[in-house]
Amino acid sequence: MSFTLKKQGDVVVVDVEGQLIVGNRQELKQKVLDELEKGERKFLIDFSQTGYIDSSGLGVLVSLSKKIREHGGELRLANLNDDLQTLFELTKLDTLFQISDTRERALEGF
Amino acid sequence: MSDHVGQEPHRLRADGAVGAGHAHPDPAGSRGAARSYVAVDVEIPSDVNQIESVVARVTDLCRTLHLQPRLCSLNVPVALTEALSNAIIRGNGEDPRKHVRLRATVFDRAVVFDVSDEGPGFDMSRVDYDASDPEQLYAEDGRGIFLMRRLMDQVEQVRGPRHVVRLTLNR
Repeated sequence: MSFTLKKQGDVVVVDVEGQLIVGNRQELKQKVLDELEKGERKFLIDFSQTGYIDSSGLGVLVSLSKKIREHGGELRLANLNDDLQTLFELTKLDTLFQISDTRERALEGF
Repeated sequence: MSDHVGQEPHRLRADGAVGAGHAHPDPAGSRGAARSYVAVDVEIPSDVNQIESVVARVTDLCRTLHLQPRLCSLNVPVALTEALSNAIIRGNGEDPRKHVRLRATVFDRAVVFDVSDEGPGFDMSRVDYDASDPEQLYAEDGRGIFLMRRLMDQVEQVRGPRHVVRLTLNR
């Protein structure tokens, strides 16, 4: 499992390769916070290569979203499979994030 | 004598609906007589980095048992990750000298996962997540037990020599 960050326009796109769970959530958090510290404000996390997320992973997304908003930025999510979509709906976190079917849609109007 | 608390009757079904769960197909009183076998019995150190490989092993078991795909891709891995991380972090305090044990027992109509730690345990019935409360919705923590309860047919604490969280998934 790993996280790859790259810039697409003025958006930092994070690809999550593998699960986002208690064992690696801090790595994702730190990588995004480092970019925030450098002045980046727009973030998109792409879950097209992710099978499942646990409560710790969901928590990190909530925490990052709050931190980014506090700095005047935004965190969007894309490419959630059906299982991930269900997790967001169960926890009502789908109401906190802008979630798009594709990376391209997420980048539109960012 | 075991002490069962924190039973939860609402599991997310494989069709995506949330509904009333079913009574345990092999209730504790008859488990000894039911046809069953232990398919996984593994002990890991209190290290959260150990969780994913154990969960992958159990997910493979689910596929071998021909459980519905969604149970193998969502319900089992997420609920088991929650139970194992609770045991490692809350139960054992991430003390590397302490261990967490996972035992998966396959019954005719259910799979039962026992996750045990070396901690004193806590009252799961007092822990819940209410997404309608903005404070909880925006909280970083507090969704683990909620997810276990929604993804399994039954979640119990069994108090014996070790603290055990028992997850039951009907087949």
